[in-house]
Amino acid sequence: MVKKQTVSFKLNGADVGVVVEPRELLIHTLRERLQHTGPHIGCETSHCGACTVDLNGMSVKSCTVLTVQCQDAEVLTIEGFEQGGALHALQEGFTQEHGLQCGFCTPGMITRAYRLLKENPSPSEEEIRYWMAGNLCRCTGYQNIVKAVQYAANKLSLARTGT
Amino acid sequence: MIPREFEYHAPKNIPDALGLLQQFGDEAKLLAGGHSLLPMMKLRFAQPGHLIDLGGIRELKGIREEGGMLRIGAMTTENEIIWSKLLQDKCPLLVEGARLIADPQVRYKGTIGGDLSHGDPGNDHPALMLVLGATFVLKASSGERVVPSDGFFVGSFATLLQPGEIMTEIRIPVPAANTGYCYSKLKRKIGDFATAAAAVTLRMKGENVHEVAIALTNVGASVLKARAAEDSLRGKTMNDAAIAEAARLAMSICDPTEDQRGDAEYKVAMAGEMTQRALRTARSRAKH
Repeated sequence: MVKKQTVSFKLNGADVGVVVEPRELLIHTLRERLQHTGPHIGCETSHCGACTVDLNGMSVKSCTVLTVQCQDAEVLTIEGFEQGGALHALQEGFTQEHGLQCGFCTPGMITRAYRLLKENPSPSEEEIRYWMAGNLCRCTGYQNIVKAVQYAANKLSLARTGT
Repeated sequence: MIPREFEYHAPKNIPDALGLLQQFGDEAKLLAGGHSLLPMMKLRFAQPGHLIDLGGIRELKGIREEGGMLRIGAMTTENEIIWSKLLQDKCPLLVEGARLIADPQVRYKGTIGGDLSHGDPGNDHPALMLVLGATFVLKASSGERVVPSDGFFVGSFATLLQPGEIMTEIRIPVPAANTGYCYSKLKRKIGDFATAAAAVTLRMKGENVHEVAIALTNVGASVLKARAAEDSLRGKTMNDAAIAEAARLAMSICDPTEDQRGDAEYKVAMAGEMTQRALRTARSRAKH
């Protein structure tokens, strides 16, 4: 039996600590030990993006990251988006623009779009499609997902300029 | 899908990493971005007893220019390459290539050194390195050596990298400002490996080809340098006939394996098409 390791990191702003085998994947730690079931297990082969979380300012597929790689990391999941009872602009965008049907891909979509808008606050449609290409949706045909991201980009931009 | 049990090591510097590599020998694997190795471990195609994570070694990261060379730390990610102002200005081919690798999430983690050391014929950096004339710094406990990219890739998942060595840096001579370039990649979908791809660098002298380099991805056991195609173009005017002949010569060295991306004949034809497209685009970008 391989020795377990203690790993401490910040999850949605809160300090957490877990004791895991080195082979444990971040998605399993989040879902099974920390009860953060927003990130979903879709393909398990780093293709679908349903398990996307934000890790130290990067969008990553948490099915392809070891929990032991997350010592001192800052992790953001969909559970961390709502603040004080108010939905994040992206969550609002996905509801207003009907950016989901079954909703399975949505936490990953929103978490990925969050980092995209941090890096590029006013992306063109082409840029949204290019930079969201690591997330698959089997329902919507992507049209409304693009609109939802545009909705959030506009809302966040208005909030920044204070108009 | 969960990997077999292993012990995890996170050295903070290169000597410690080399020490661990020596200590655990065949049992150890180096972990770079993890987006080839971890999937293989989840499928249990790879079952290392010890995983040595290079992620915490700062000196393996970063992009700088020094003495006419672009020096890229092996643990520099694809995303860092894409957003590098220095590379956008001095080596846009590398940025163009990196943008075509996998998908955004994978590019936050995937590294140039991991891509090169893995030796997968489907990986994109080998072809880019060959046409850029890159060299690789390989470090061992006994010292370091610098090897040319041309000759480094010896077969499927086989490179000159020895078990006790770590690739630490990629060195690329700064391409002349008038260099034309292109990486033309056919893939079925985002995230897939190339069905076939061609990398080209090109320098013109008037209407004639002064210097040209062509390399092909995923149509052989390793990356292929299309030497006969290059020779056929040197000193010539690059017209349709010359481009078609270069593509024919490039196709003649392809030996792809049939898989879900297509049969061998189709892949060879696509390698020719990618060669033609890359040559035309490189021509349009080359300045006299």
